[in-house]
Amino acid sequence: MHIKYESQLREPLVYGEKNFHQVTEDILRPIEVKPSRLWYIGFFIAVTLLLFGVYSLYREVTYGVGQWNLNKTIGWGWDITNFVWWVGIGHAGTLISAVLLLFRQGWRTGVNRAAEAMTIFAVMCAGQFPIFHMGRVWLAFFIMPYPNSRGPLWVNFNSPLLWDVFAISTYFTVSLLFWYSGLLPDLATVRDRAFTKLRKKLYGIASFGWTGSTKHWQRHESLSLVLAGLSTPLVLSVHTIVSFDFATSVIPGWHTTIFPPYFVAGAIFSGFAMVQSLLLVVRKVFGLTDYITIGHIDLMNKVIVLTGSIVGIAYLTELFMGWYSQNKYEGYTFWYSRAYLFSPYGWSYWGMMACNVLSPQIFWSRKMRRNVFVTFFMSIIVNIGMWFERFVIIVTSLYRDYLPSSWSVYYSPSIWEIGFYMGTFGLFFTCFFLFAKYFPVIAVAEIKYVLKRSGESYKPEFEKLEAQTLDSFVHDNAHAH
Amino acid sequence: MAQKKFVVGCFDEEKVLFPAVKQVRAAGYKIKDVYTPFAVHGLDHALGMRETSLHTAGFIYGITGTATAVSAISWIFTKDWPLNIGGKPHFALPAWIPIIFELTVLFAAVGMVMTFCWLCQLAPGVKKHHFHKRATDDLFVMVIECTEKTNAEDLVALLKSNGAVETDIQIAEEGWWFGTYDKNDDLYNNKQVAL
Repeated sequence: MHIKYESQLREPLVYGEKNFHQVTEDILRPIEVKPSRLWYIGFFIAVTLLLFGVYSLYREVTYGVGQWNLNKTIGWGWDITNFVWWVGIGHAGTLISAVLLLFRQGWRTGVNRAAEAMTIFAVMCAGQFPIFHMGRVWLAFFIMPYPNSRGPLWVNFNSPLLWDVFAISTYFTVSLLFWYSGLLPDLATVRDRAFTKLRKKLYGIASFGWTGSTKHWQRHESLSLVLAGLSTPLVLSVHTIVSFDFATSVIPGWHTTIFPPYFVAGAIFSGFAMVQSLLLVVRKVFGLTDYITIGHIDLMNKVIVLTGSIVGIAYLTELFMGWYSQNKYEGYTFWYSRAYLFSPYGWSYWGMMACNVLSPQIFWSRKMRRNVFVTFFMSIIVNIGMWFERFVIIVTSLYRDYLPSSWSVYYSPSIWEIGFYMGTFGLFFTCFFLFAKYFPVIAVAEIKYVLKRSGESYKPEFEKLEAQTLDSFVHDNAHAH
Repeated sequence: MAQKKFVVGCFDEEKVLFPAVKQVRAAGYKIKDVYTPFAVHGLDHALGMRETSLHTAGFIYGITGTATAVSAISWIFTKDWPLNIGGKPHFALPAWIPIIFELTVLFAAVGMVMTFCWLCQLAPGVKKHHFHKRATDDLFVMVIECTEKTNAEDLVALLKSNGAVETDIQIAEEGWWFGTYDKNDDLYNNKQVAL
């Protein structure tokens, strides 16, 4: 049974007097006009960063991992920190589209397309780090199990690092399929509005010849639902497996059973923050404030305060266990290396605490949740905080080993390590700028689907419905499904 | 494929579309398809379509992935190259769960998307007849195939009386397969096609 009605009490998902055609016009306008000067400036900066990253990697590939300031104690430094950071960010998109689809949350329609794109670009960035961390990157294909002439020598299927290879590549593939299959109808809309032959041809190729046939829509719905059902455990599994990279080791500070839920919450936290940063700019620049409304921002901020608090509880639990376990090494890692402000990396721990746990608490206030500037500022803070979290986990656990003789000197990254990181920013934003220019940033078809139920100008009609008796309401509005 | 004559009726409201579908079907016409800008829930049932089995295909792909992972890893680690990892059992099923799960999801997702594209005949570079450009924008486009018995004028009148905002009679290919659509470019060149 399916009721085409939403209570008046709910905020509309689409503001303004809209009909289907207006929705198409509004969302597709940005990709049908020449990009603004701002777009060119942004794109130029992104490409510059990307080129710097490429040069940094050229140094690393040519001269070896010695170009980075890693040493025998801190074998994982900025590279793996950045890997986990980007992968974490890459969790919001699929979470928004998949989990919220399963929970039938109508508000996902405004933000899912851009968030999924962001996911794909973030995972692309993340993947670079472990690949180049291998050193001899030209042998990277050794991580795939295939019959080879070396024995055949297989990969170790019991190793969390190999699980990661499968998890990340599966996640990337499934996210890409999910995103692109959702894009097909919208690309067809762009194709059918094309004003040049070239556009018609290119969008024709990109839209796979989509017609909008009812049978195709029926299969499309089934496909989306099953992909959402598959993606939901997948999202959870990916960051769980990333956390296994640490949790299955015996390093104090890593060997922790709460890592999986703690990492997943952190991933959602940072992912939503990145979605906020991007969408707050997109909605303003593209004039999409009617579709990505304050209501959407409010809801995402609620997710941020929830997941931020979960992460906070995890930090405190770890600290408690560091004492309660009475394990000297754990105690040293948690209470000295991390929580003691004047230890070498104490600043990063307290930076993380301030950014991730304390500052998001501001979002308990509805006024703050609905303030665009506060949200934008907080989204940046959260992402900085989540970077610190990964840095804290990796570096503070490693830099003082069991043996004082192998204690590390103070680790700070080399310019090529920083350059690599900057380069992934370049990659991410280059992709995002191109996406925003050539693809609809909002799912047009899905907005049309919720328009007549949740659009501002359609809501008053529901007054009549609300006055009806239950029986006549059900009779008029529900049909067997 | 053969070219055929179709009567096209466009509607701009779901509310009007559903009763129209009912009326047209009650009058004995066979609706070939309704092209819509978004997924209209319940329209597939109104048109008398059966449920899709795509999810069943997905399940089969999924268990294929599971079976592939289990059999491949267990063959590699117990038969082909039993590796001693800290004296632990060669058949270490719990440690393989992550990869088994990932391959299940991967196979199911890739297989389903490919099946979806195959069933709907969607692929890059595919040409299809579009009955109305606004079918991907704001119109619900109902298409009825004409047989020898069909009186197109009567049908147009029926559609109009049921709220169609635009009607049209078109010649198009009824079905198509990759590379077979409009082989002689007759439709593309707007040639008169004899039926």
